[in-house]
Amino acid sequence: MNRVRHTAEPGVGEGPMNWLVAALVVLLAPHFLTQPTWVVGLALLAVAWRFLAVRRSVPLPGRWSLAALAFMATAGVIATHGTVLGRDAGVSLLLIMTGLKVLETRNQRDAMLTIFLGYFVVVTHFLYSQEIPMVAYMVVAMLLTTMVLIRLNAPGPPPGLREQAGLAGRMLLQALPVMLILFLLFPRLPGPLWGVPQDEPTARTGLSDSMSPGSISDLLQSDAPALRARFPDGPPPAALRYWRGPVFSDYDGRTWRAGQAFMPATDPDPSDAVGEIQYSVRLEPHRHRWLLALDPPASAPEGRRLNADYVLFSPRPVHRVETYDLTTVPGAALEVELSAERRQQALHIPDTAGPRARELAARWADNGTAPEDIVEQAMRYFNEEPFHYTLSPPHLPADPVDGFLFDTRAGFCEHYAGSFVFLMRAAGVPARVVTGYQGGEWNRAGGYLLVRQSDAHAWAEVWLEDRGWVRVDPTGAVAPERIELGIRAALSHEENLPAFLRRGDSFSGLAALRIQWEYWRETTAYYWNGWVLGFGPERQRELLARLGLGGLDWRGTVALMAGLLVLVAAVFSLAFLWHNRRPERDPLARLYRRFTKRMARLGTPPLPHEGPRDFADRIARERPELHESVAHFTRIYEALRYGPDPDPDLFRILRTRLRALP
Amino acid sequence: MPLLPLPQISGSPSIFRQVMDQVGGVILGKPHPIRLALACLLARGHLLLEDQPGVGKTTLAHALARTLGLQFQRIQFTSDLLPADIVGVSVFNGGGKGFEFHPGPVFTQMLLADEINRAPPKSQSALLEAMEEQQVTVEGVTRSLPDPFFVIATQNPREQAGTFPLPESQLDRFLMRIHLGYPDAAAERALLQGRDRRDLIAELPALLDAEALLALQHQVDQLHVSEALVDYLQRLIAHTRDPHHYARGLSPRAALGLLAAARAWAALDGRDHVIPEDLQTILPPVAGHRLAPAEGTGMSPDRLTRQLIEAVAIP
Repeated sequence: MNRVRHTAEPGVGEGPMNWLVAALVVLLAPHFLTQPTWVVGLALLAVAWRFLAVRRSVPLPGRWSLAALAFMATAGVIATHGTVLGRDAGVSLLLIMTGLKVLETRNQRDAMLTIFLGYFVVVTHFLYSQEIPMVAYMVVAMLLTTMVLIRLNAPGPPPGLREQAGLAGRMLLQALPVMLILFLLFPRLPGPLWGVPQDEPTARTGLSDSMSPGSISDLLQSDAPALRARFPDGPPPAALRYWRGPVFSDYDGRTWRAGQAFMPATDPDPSDAVGEIQYSVRLEPHRHRWLLALDPPASAPEGRRLNADYVLFSPRPVHRVETYDLTTVPGAALEVELSAERRQQALHIPDTAGPRARELAARWADNGTAPEDIVEQAMRYFNEEPFHYTLSPPHLPADPVDGFLFDTRAGFCEHYAGSFVFLMRAAGVPARVVTGYQGGEWNRAGGYLLVRQSDAHAWAEVWLEDRGWVRVDPTGAVAPERIELGIRAALSHEENLPAFLRRGDSFSGLAALRIQWEYWRETTAYYWNGWVLGFGPERQRELLARLGLGGLDWRGTVALMAGLLVLVAAVFSLAFLWHNRRPERDPLARLYRRFTKRMARLGTPPLPHEGPRDFADRIARERPELHESVAHFTRIYEALRYGPDPDPDLFRILRTRLRALP
Repeated sequence: MPLLPLPQISGSPSIFRQVMDQVGGVILGKPHPIRLALACLLARGHLLLEDQPGVGKTTLAHALARTLGLQFQRIQFTSDLLPADIVGVSVFNGGGKGFEFHPGPVFTQMLLADEINRAPPKSQSALLEAMEEQQVTVEGVTRSLPDPFFVIATQNPREQAGTFPLPESQLDRFLMRIHLGYPDAAAERALLQGRDRRDLIAELPALLDAEALLALQHQVDQLHVSEALVDYLQRLIAHTRDPHHYARGLSPRAALGLLAAARAWAALDGRDHVIPEDLQTILPPVAGHRLAPAEGTGMSPDRLTRQLIEAVAIP
């Protein structure tokens, strides 16, 4: 067959090929968790084929079979994902093409290309998981890939494993400054950096924009962090740890929803406030726009706003860790002046819902009882009647309010808050449901409060004349320990608790160790989320401000980045030059260098491999007028450099000759 | 501008000049190969002449032997040549003296091994062993060869029919491999119009003898080599050992050969020290048959050595 072959390219030996195969297996395997099995399977099959081709001399597929394979695989990707664009389809395509590239890897150039594809494959893992263990895996994969690169380009006998790993590690470390500069200074876009929004799994734990029976109990099963808050003056008392989230004013008989609250909040009246607490929050992404704040928030931080219900909002959905600083003013009065419209909104209940509850409320409100007393009455009711706090309430019949209040009497915060607000409204007291988190775990190691999804909570607010909205937590009337000590304490032992909630039961040595480990892991996650995943435009500005570069716009940042990169390049180049510097302590070599430089200025630079005599001969040909002086200079130089026992006087003569040259 | 007095740093090359002129009178238009051959001899190395038949390989060997005043023997290698035909044989002597050794043609000062690649490997290696050890062992008795001992082997280009190419290990025994090539038009005309070469050789006077040659070789050995030059030599060697450049690099023996040949070349130039240009000049004949191109690059030895010279900067 008459095939054109790139004969100039050396082929890839068995050793480097085995390395390449091993690295690709490591790179591809984790994608079994994220990609269709056939995609990863096909890529690994191609790698295995290449391995057998080396080992057993199995023939490799020809050009046309490969093209057909590539075509079919692309069709398969389209069939599976419906597109070739986007994260999943893109990664699938990359994996398949990497596998097929290995099949046609014959010479050095192909192998280099495959390695570069491998680096891309490393990055794709980060599109699916940004957790620290994945990062560790990626670092190992990078190291391995770089080791293959070294093995492939190593001159002479193959380097030892330790040598390869050492060099690869050193190369990665040298890349670190560049990585840091790019990470810190590259212009940041608001929005998710890693996740591609339309591909993001929709089921993500967090508060929801409505409350119906059961919506919070799912959350209580999750120990995922919801937010972390740092309090410079120490943790706030447990009774103040109410994290305000969505506020619900509209009730349709089953589901609570946010009412209209477009107007900005009226400023809280701090006259009754008991001091203020400053803190900063790192909020986990939850795909909604609201932000959590300690109740009540004093004012919105820059760029965010408080709506009329005192819910803090971000201008865009929170797709990655969001950081903000806040102040709370415990005891401040909210919305002391309630407009008629707002009052109407806070009193509305559907006509048909909860007839027995209405009856009860009407009894309380009889003969113009003061609203404070009605609240008191309701709280006593929850306290004295046999209500029971449980995470697994029985199924509620058609009318959830009546069913809960009079039949089942077992439930958790959302049942109590919902039915309490219903009762209040029925009794003519403006009321609403507030959801959010209550409590949190103080992490001594990190110095911050960790609030988990399992701390999700719902409580009520009633509006009282002259006092505005006042927080009332009916759950506290049933299970006060839920508020004081957290959810673990509130649940009786027979409750079917999730494992992580049960861990406080016994403080055996192992359990203590586990808690230590949890603390440590949590602390690491805190910094990782705050400084790596949550490093957005705000964090970047904050960092620049801290460095005294607050006024820099994105152009300035890019310029700074470019400048620093040039600086790093310069430092490395200088280090390289210093490392490979010629031993110029030899004055003779220096003198000759000056001579050749002078000749180069005259238009005849020396060639690197040109001996002094050949150089002099060439000068004589090209510039006959210099012949004599150059020949003379060269003879003396030769005698000094190559001759036996050079006369020390000759050096002096040589220097004079150099001065005499043009 | 008055010229400063040039220090006296060169010896007299007159005897070499005479030798080269005299041989050049027989082999016309080939001063460079003649000079290389002489350098090879001064460096105590053996010479491989590779070329077409009839370009004057044998004549060169003969003329050199005459001019230098050395004993001369010639072995025509053929496919049925036996080792005994080279080193000699013990013959039973009826006169009661038992076995008597009849030395072969190898016992001489200059041996011309003509068309060495026509003989089978066994005979080739008999000669090559003698070249390396400067002694032969026949029936358990080791006999020294004369000193100086110099082999000029000629070889037809490999592709010619009926040849046994020398393996690399045996090529390595030759210090240099040189080509004569066709003479240019003027030299060829002088050859055609001149006298018979054999008559010319017969009339050549011996300018040296074995004793004098040994003394000259000793002198060449003592020639000064500076640190700077050894640096350069080491750079050249290191470059050949990078498998990206050459599949087979230069051995320490080759490095020693390069240095010896460079010394001889400097001596022929009348210098008492070696300069980088000496190394560059003798590199093609000394390294050309020892380097193998890197995989996939079918480069000729000339290009290989030129590439080597151009790739390595002089320190």
